[in-house]
Amino acid sequence: MNLELKQVRNTLLVRVKGEMDMLVTEKMRREIDKKLDTKQITNLVLNLEKVTFVDSSGLGVIIGRYKKISGLGGRMYIVGASASVRKILMFSGINKLISMYNNEQDIISI
Amino acid sequence: MNMRNYVRFEFPSLAENVSFARSCVGAFAAQMDCTLEEIEEIKLVVSEAVSNSIIHGYENQPYGKIVVMATLLDERIMEIIIEDQGVGIADINKAMEPSFSSNPDRMGLGFTFMKSFMDELEVESEPGAGTRIKLKRCFLVKDKEALA
Repeated sequence: MNLELKQVRNTLLVRVKGEMDMLVTEKMRREIDKKLDTKQITNLVLNLEKVTFVDSSGLGVIIGRYKKISGLGGRMYIVGASASVRKILMFSGINKLISMYNNEQDIISI
Repeated sequence: MNMRNYVRFEFPSLAENVSFARSCVGAFAAQMDCTLEEIEEIKLVVSEAVSNSIIHGYENQPYGKIVVMATLLDERIMEIIIEDQGVGIADINKAMEPSFSSNPDRMGLGFTFMKSFMDELEVESEPGAGTRIKLKRCFLVKDKEALA
């Protein structure tokens, strides 16, 4: 898994590449939380365009970051999830908590 | 038992092996007449069961043994067994409840995925005696000639 974090003003953009299972969740949690803990972030955008697999460990990291950013009064968005990843996100009900968009431009234009 | 083909492998309880285990069973399943979506579901449930063994069975200790066996019982039915010799589950019914997790950063959906994407799920476990998960999945016959 490869993680790219980019801060644009008060938005943290996280682009994930690869498979999201228990091997990588700790690293994701640590790196994203380090940024969120600076308290300058109010929006978290998780780009899953290049994610090929997600299981409940991966979902746990997503829901954990949602709880954290919500606790800070911020919002979270998911963009670019493939059909198979989207199916798992919808099955878990995460889509009811976190808005999902096709690409990063869709959020910027909101 | 009319056993057509099987694969059996074991590995230590390392997070690096979760991906290997699901890819291996997914590749094995590909010899059946099933869709890519069905293979993705097989990979997901193997990932959940193996992750459970590592996280809960062996409490993230890397020295536990996990055995995975996948069997094609016939052209349409696949059985997958995942075994560990870990701490076991004290209350299986509670562990299988959706959103039950001992960790707040986890969703507790592992067993829910296994129940939803497989046709049969059996859990045998005892505290101190490990856990054995048996999953069975029937695939629809997609070949029209086979239906004739």
